[in-house]
Amino acid sequence: MSKIPYEVYTEDVEALSVLSPDGEIINKAKSPDLTDDQLKELMYRMVFTRTWDDRAVNLGRQGRLGFYAPVSGQEATMVGSEFALDKEDFVCPGYRDMPQLVWHGLPLYQAFLYSRGHQHGGQIPEGVNVLMPQIIIGAQVLHAMGIAMGFKLKQQKHVAITYTGDGGSSEGDFYEALNYAGVFNLPVIFFVQNNGYAITTPFAKQTAAKSIAHKAVAAGIRGIKVDGMDVFAVISAVREAADRARNGEGATLIEAVTYRFRPHSLSDDTSKYRTKEEEGQWNEKDPIARLAKYLEKKGLWTEEDTARVKDEAKAKVNEQIKKAEQTEKMTVSGLIDSMFETTPKHLEAQKAEFQK
Amino acid sequence: MAQMNMKEAIRDAMRVEMKRDPNVLIFGEDVGNAGGVFRVTEGLQQEFGDQRVIDTPLAESAIGGMAVGLGVQGFRPIAEIQFVGFIFEALDQILVQAARMRYRSGGRYHSPIVFRTPFGGGVKAAELHTDSLEGLIAQTPGIKLVIPSNPYDAKGLLISAIRDNDPVFFMEHLNLYHAFRDEVPEGEYTVELGKANVVREGSDVTILSYGLMVHTAVKAAEELEKNGIKAEVIDLRTLVPLDIDTILASVKKTNRVIIVQEAQKSAGIAAEVIAQINEHAILHLEAPVLRVSAPDTVYPFAQIEDQWLPTPARIIEGVNKVLEF
Repeated sequence: MSKIPYEVYTEDVEALSVLSPDGEIINKAKSPDLTDDQLKELMYRMVFTRTWDDRAVNLGRQGRLGFYAPVSGQEATMVGSEFALDKEDFVCPGYRDMPQLVWHGLPLYQAFLYSRGHQHGGQIPEGVNVLMPQIIIGAQVLHAMGIAMGFKLKQQKHVAITYTGDGGSSEGDFYEALNYAGVFNLPVIFFVQNNGYAITTPFAKQTAAKSIAHKAVAAGIRGIKVDGMDVFAVISAVREAADRARNGEGATLIEAVTYRFRPHSLSDDTSKYRTKEEEGQWNEKDPIARLAKYLEKKGLWTEEDTARVKDEAKAKVNEQIKKAEQTEKMTVSGLIDSMFETTPKHLEAQKAEFQK
Repeated sequence: MAQMNMKEAIRDAMRVEMKRDPNVLIFGEDVGNAGGVFRVTEGLQQEFGDQRVIDTPLAESAIGGMAVGLGVQGFRPIAEIQFVGFIFEALDQILVQAARMRYRSGGRYHSPIVFRTPFGGGVKAAELHTDSLEGLIAQTPGIKLVIPSNPYDAKGLLISAIRDNDPVFFMEHLNLYHAFRDEVPEGEYTVELGKANVVREGSDVTILSYGLMVHTAVKAAEELEKNGIKAEVIDLRTLVPLDIDTILASVKKTNRVIIVQEAQKSAGIAAEVIAQINEHAILHLEAPVLRVSAPDTVYPFAQIEDQWLPTPARIIEGVNKVLEF
């Protein structure tokens, strides 16, 4: 290929799409190879996640959860991307990415404990390769890079995946991580869920780049843009990125264009920055409805299945929130002892003050 | 026993630990092929390879974040921040991410990381290369803080820091790298973190200090002795955790204390030490504890740094004040 003189120029890219809104495969070459059981499991997880989210919002309003970031609308990006990974792969989430942690092995009651501000929420079980959710928007992007460096040094063919949003892609840490991943050729996937808003700031005010995926160009890594309401497109992109990473072909930045149906958290008002019309247009792209149409045509799913999964999810959520509520509270002594492996003398003295 | 300056002793600590534990890694800007801008890591990449002594792109937050990720993966990173003033770029990763990892994860993960950085004035360096930023670090829970004053301590303290399962911020005074040679044992030995060192015994006044200022304090003590004043000089060595027991034992003996720090006066290590002395030994004091320090300004440009930094004369003046109180 001949070189273009002087000016770096990249054109707009189309998002990768596999499944049409009517539930038809429109891109056979990129359609992930999934068995009927896998397809049903995928649907199960997406419906479960939506039901859990509905329930969590209610629990939040009842004061039974603390900080909670709703996920409805992002089931294809969250459930789909995790579905494309192996258990040994490492997940480094942002604050909204609880579903990936839970589907990667974090017990649901611990997700609730995390939300309720209990240390045990972040006490990830052995063998579950996830970090607790990150609050500083770009910090986890660097951790994933470091964890991927670890896989590389240990010569293990695993990948690290990290999640942030369109807002997170503006952070300095995001660029530093991409740059290191390029230089060290690391097995890492930077998965940006572009849901259109960083709290209230619209994507148009977030970047002048043609897309977030374009940001890969400057780091010398691969950039992909996918339809984030299309779970097959997400699985296909993540699988391909993971395969490349395992083969020593380095990092991929995936921008998944998606939408959160609910507010950023339980405390902001979407009517101040979004229109009903816009919300309606995105509702038509609902990733669960889209997959349901496909599965119904194949005779793998019915409305009754959806109802059954919702019931199961409600029962599981109720059981797990009770377990969280019944977990013994944190103590100041326990907090003090979590500062260092061996609590230094001055902290032992401060602990004694609290135990009086 | 070998004769080493502090730079060689620090390098030797890293070499000893890299040989002993394959999980020890070194990385940062220019640390590999060049051996660092001060040549502290010189020869280590040649000896251990570029998978263990790694030159990174110029980005301090990424150095910190990579250390955190590698810590989760079971490695023991030694991350070098090239100059102290550049730690601001990495403070989220050092003070928020590494220092909070054990707390946030309820003990599931930890950060067995050493963040090394040169600092310290009197070398006429460019802006932000020398500032005493230890107060910033000391105020953050979950991270230990070490500032050695001599080659023997530097090696033993750094080995302890590398073996510690919590993050340690290790500050190396630029003016001490080549200042003098000392007997330093070959191979492994440790100097325990959290233990101060009585450098010079005395009965009339205690001078507390750390880093280069220990040597300035000793010079002052030698001058004072000519006038019959016996000053006890204590090198704090570790600022977090602080060895309050050694400090209090000396306070109870001399009843008069000054603390010497290169850093600006307010809200720093000296203020903390004074608060603890007040808390535990106020009735043993015959005079208020004074601070000899730099003034509360930004670190000055090179022309006036010699006047800005504490001198033996200012320490003597401080001692005389507490003696005459």
